[in-house]
Amino acid sequence: MSKTTLGRLVLVVVVLGVAGGLVLFYLSGPNRLSQETVAALPEGDAARGERVFWAAGCTSCHARPGAEGDAILELAGGLELKTPFGTFVAPNISSDQQDGIGGWSAGDFANAMLRGVAPDGSHYYPAFPYASYARMRPADIADLYAFMRTLPAVPGAAPGHVLGFPFTIRRGLGLWKRLYLDPEPVIALGPDADDKTRAGRYLVEGPGHCGECHTPRAFTGGSKTNEWLAGAAAAEGDGIVPNITAGEGGLSWSAGDIAYYLESGFTPDFDTVGGAMVAVQKNMARLPAEDREAIAAYLKAVPPRPNGYPARD
Amino acid sequence: MKRLFVAGALLAVTASLSFAGAVEDRQAVMKSMGKALGPLAAIAKGENAFDAGVVEQNLTALNEAAQKLDVAALFPEGSTTGETEALPAIWENMADFQERADKLKADVAEVASAVPADQAGVQAALGKIGQNCGGCHENYRMKKN
Ligand code: HEC
Ligand code: HEC
Ligand code: HEC
Repeated sequence: MSKTTLGRLVLVVVVLGVAGGLVLFYLSGPNRLSQETVAALPEGDAARGERVFWAAGCTSCHARPGAEGDAILELAGGLELKTPFGTFVAPNISSDQQDGIGGWSAGDFANAMLRGVAPDGSHYYPAFPYASYARMRPADIADLYAFMRTLPAVPGAAPGHVLGFPFTIRRGLGLWKRLYLDPEPVIALGPDADDKTRAGRYLVEGPGHCGECHTPRAFTGGSKTNEWLAGAAAAEGDGIVPNITAGEGGLSWSAGDIAYYLESGFTPDFDTVGGAMVAVQKNMARLPAEDREAIAAYLKAVPPRPNGYPARD
Repeated sequence: MKRLFVAGALLAVTASLSFAGAVEDRQAVMKSMGKALGPLAAIAKGENAFDAGVVEQNLTALNEAAQKLDVAALFPEGSTTGETEALPAIWENMADFQERADKLKADVAEVASAVPADQAGVQAALGKIGQNCGGCHENYRMKKN
């Protein structure tokens, strides 16, 4: 190989490398909501927002660990979420100007919920379940924003996350989002599906973020949508999150049984709710009965799948 | 030396056997509580009509089962091996666990001593009792299958 050919080759490699880097840099950048979407956000209604708030279960992560009663409305953060990537700590999202999100605009809030983007343009980790919240309607986000402004301001920042390299680099999450952030519904419902089932799909796939726990994850941490709600290994310990499709090992409950479980915590097999589902069930109990019935109708319509976790010996 | 070894082995076997006993016994207590709740839930849900006899009978059964929840006997330290869904957190927070068991017993006894007279009463009673079940299962039990 002559010197010039070699030189050219090196040049090509360098150019390709730089171009690749630029492409990656471009692809991993923040993908904010458009100006029009933000401008079109309606004035929120706090009363309606409260319903969204319970459906979306913000207190499960952002209340102080162990808080009960009205104290769960103090969204001071501090709960540790252990994952294969490290330990995430839920931040303070109270209306405190300094330590919470009291200084945020509705647009800032919508970008966090629907795009996982912080006001400074950095990416949030998907431990904040925005991959589900991205399916929410902007009007519901506006209502939720209005309701959250009525909640108490609590001073005090929560500690930071404890993560290993390379997960400390937020920029890389831009690529993850290109794979997993999709506002479209997961389950296609036929034209004959009724309004109740559609309402249930919205509640489960969007605000309810049920798939975050009940759907198995790929090694990247993204939900395996082809095993939607099929159950998964628990994030901690050797337990499981049950299969809530009607497939083998899954739910054989009637729609009425499911709605009653979400209301009361009692299962039709003479047991009661437990584990991480307790907080979810308490939130569901605060919703109007029609919402629980809609969720039940949707769960009955989800394609049956065998258990999304390995059998124990 | 050999004898000591045999004795040790025997001790180890009895220990795990007695754990197996404790695990089975506590699961049996839990199951009988759940079973008594079934017909009550059916009334609360409106699946079955209110029936004072059914309510009284099952509340009595529930109370009998609940009073058998003897934490010291049923949850010996270290009984987390084998077919159990009990979490080690129980022994790290024994005072809280004991308190929850006591609260369940007190609440069930109270409801059983003033049997509800209609469907709404059954719903209220189940609400009160069910919080104890879910509250304890939240931190101390994890589903394994
Ligand atoms: C499963 C736990 C979980 C739930 C449920 C949850 N969050 Fe979070 N949230 C987190 C975590 C973890 C972070 C930190 C993400 C990061 O640092 O990248 C976060 C971050 C946020 C932030 C950014 C805060 C900041 O200071 O930048 C906002 C805003 C937020 N969440 C709002 C909400 C709202 C509103 C809800 C309910 C609709 C909610 N979250 C539900 C875990 C959760
Ligand atoms: C934070 C994780 C988490 C989220 C979010 C979650 N679940 Fe669950 N779910 C669980 C766990 C864990 C259990 C097992 C409960 C137990 O141990 O008794 C469960 C149990 C259930 C069951 C009973 C299954 C059975 O076989 O006993 C149903 C039904 C259910 N969930 C529905 C839902 C719905 C609907 C949503 C969304 C509104 C949801 N879950 C959100 C973790 C979660
Ligand atoms: C003080 C804590 C506590 C309270 C209160 C409690 N449980 Fe439990 N329950 C447990 C634990 C721990 C297990 C797991 C036991 C094991 O697997 O070894 C369990 C298991 C169960 C099981 C599964 C048993 C099996 O293995 O088949 C049922 C059913 C159950 N509980 C029903 C109830 C009902 C109904 C109530 C309320 C009336 C209740 N429990 C109250 C701690 C509690």
